[in-house]
Amino acid sequence: MSEGSQVTVEAQEPIETEKARQSASSNNILMSIRDLRVWFELRRFGFGHAGFVRAVDGVNFDLHRGEAIAIVGESGCGKSSLMKTILGLYRPREGTIIFDGKDLNEMGRDGLRWYRSRLGYVQQDPYGALPPFMSIERILGEPLIIGGVRSKEERRQRIRKTMLEVKMSPPEDFLPKFPHMLSGGQQQRVVIARAMVLEPEFIVADEPVSMLDASVRVEILKLLRGLQETHGLSFMYITHDLSTVRYFSERIFVMYAGKLVEKGKMTDLLRNPLHPYSHALLAATSDPDARNAATFKEVPPGEPPSLVKPPEGCRFHPRCVRIIQGLCNEKEPPEFEPEAGHFSACWLYQ
Amino acid sequence: MAEAEKLLRVDNLKLYFRTGGGAVQAVDGVNFELDYNRAVVVLGESGCGKTSLAKAILRLLPRNIETYSGEIWLDGKDVMQLGEEEFRHSVRWVKMSLVPQAAMNALNPVIRVGDQVAEPVMIHLGMKKNDALATAQKMFQNVGVPVDFLNRYPFELSGGMRQRVAIAMALVTSPSLVVLDEPTSALDLLTQANIFNVLKRIKQGFGTSYILITHDIATSSELADEVAVMYAGQIVEVGDAGLFFPAPLHPYSQKLMASVPRLRGNQEPEFITGQPPSLLNPPTGCRFAARCSLRFEKCDQEPPVFAKDGRKVKCWLYA
Repeated sequence: MSEGSQVTVEAQEPIETEKARQSASSNNILMSIRDLRVWFELRRFGFGHAGFVRAVDGVNFDLHRGEAIAIVGESGCGKSSLMKTILGLYRPREGTIIFDGKDLNEMGRDGLRWYRSRLGYVQQDPYGALPPFMSIERILGEPLIIGGVRSKEERRQRIRKTMLEVKMSPPEDFLPKFPHMLSGGQQQRVVIARAMVLEPEFIVADEPVSMLDASVRVEILKLLRGLQETHGLSFMYITHDLSTVRYFSERIFVMYAGKLVEKGKMTDLLRNPLHPYSHALLAATSDPDARNAATFKEVPPGEPPSLVKPPEGCRFHPRCVRIIQGLCNEKEPPEFEPEAGHFSACWLYQ
Repeated sequence: MAEAEKLLRVDNLKLYFRTGGGAVQAVDGVNFELDYNRAVVVLGESGCGKTSLAKAILRLLPRNIETYSGEIWLDGKDVMQLGEEEFRHSVRWVKMSLVPQAAMNALNPVIRVGDQVAEPVMIHLGMKKNDALATAQKMFQNVGVPVDFLNRYPFELSGGMRQRVAIAMALVTSPSLVVLDEPTSALDLLTQANIFNVLKRIKQGFGTSYILITHDIATSSELADEVAVMYAGQIVEVGDAGLFFPAPLHPYSQKLMASVPRLRGNQEPEFITGQPPSLLNPPTGCRFAARCSLRFEKCDQEPPVFAKDGRKVKCWLYA
């Protein structure tokens, strides 16, 4: 995988894209993302150019069919921009997203409609995501209408089936209700049902349980996991909560300041975090233990950098305790693979 | 007087709200004690009355109050007997203060943060503005906000920094008790860990006591000396954190603890079936009985509070 300065990337991009396209159609890779950059232009007084916010800056990964991945990062690290680009809501500035052998950049309106019917989106805040003036039946019927299911009877049956799958039974009790009449957990089930009703292959879930109570949280996570397994769905789970990740995903990607700094199997990453940032995240996650009260947490100093002018070299170097002077603050680290299948963009592993 | 020994003793505190459907019993007969330089964590799901408990202790009440009764002994004095004006003068922000929920959005957007932190000092301790600003500056250092931020406006600060400013504001008059209502729920992981470090340092340095109200059980253990579990307006269990976290007593606490996803260890989390009861018309008897797997015939009657190994639990199993 080529990484690094933009010039080399531009030179290699056509070959890379071609390779990715071939491999994506030939084996079980559902989506492959190459050198994705999503930049937002800043304007001065409404028209003058004042730089870019580099929300996603060179992201690469492959997602296999039936695989659950988690993207872990703090707010402002670009994980939502990455997700929205994958959903086709933002256009990337550079790079390609290839879904099932088709390039998202080249899709027209019909292509995007097809793409979005293969894709389900579970929002973070269920109450905000459900239109308050629509009944549950209408909310769940709308994707079917847009997806081209003409027959009313078929729509009703598919809604029923999906409702039972998200364990809202009997469906008749819920269908005429409005979102405000449901509890938070039930609202989140409706959001999941809406994402599932077109029987997609790929679900993107943005912090699906962060707004819910602890006791309901586990219930929803188990429901999502069950759906993923029974339907063989590919799953992208975006979160900042490492403690829920381990019940969910096969691989974890850690994102910092627009880049994936570490990728690895869930067990490897939790057992042996390579990147100092992943290490800090794990150390900061508490388990309920009374002994915590007696100790202080080790937290890297400072705050995540501005994405308008990210630091030279490794973007974590101003906060890193294991910085190698003269290297980390000058040259951007490529991806190293110190363990099989476990990558880290950190000079410690060169 | 025995009461004088503890910093805070809450006795049979009740707070009912008047609504169109009847009285909502948000806080229904809460009892607990808190000693100097200790922290109690109040755990519970949303809607169990945690925030109402905080508001009842600080007497920050909305207009639709049906019942507000009980005793709150603070430093050997029943502050419930004080008049509104006296309470404001001598208790609120002098002896106890609040870091409200989503405190980072509770700052006034058009006033510099330094002035906002200095304001309670001027009002409650009667200091001159310059002295108050100096006090604010010291407090900024304690909570880890750079001193030159005094002249900034809230929008120029990150979420974590604003949260620290809100904590500085609650601490600037050096009260002996600070009520923290979900102080880190909107913050990132590393910022959260940082804020808890700040709170711990302040507890060690100033001898402050905390009431930490949260639904985040894992991070609450960062501060807890004692744990109180709240369910449907009542405290169902209070006890030492060292005993509570490994082995909670009340069936609800046990299920709540089992529902926490953990990073370390191999425990599968469980969920609690059913819904908490409506506080409009709570069931007679034990309020958790409908969801409890260990219920028996006695649970139809309201359980008293039983003592077990120095802990208190409101459950017939420990009769």
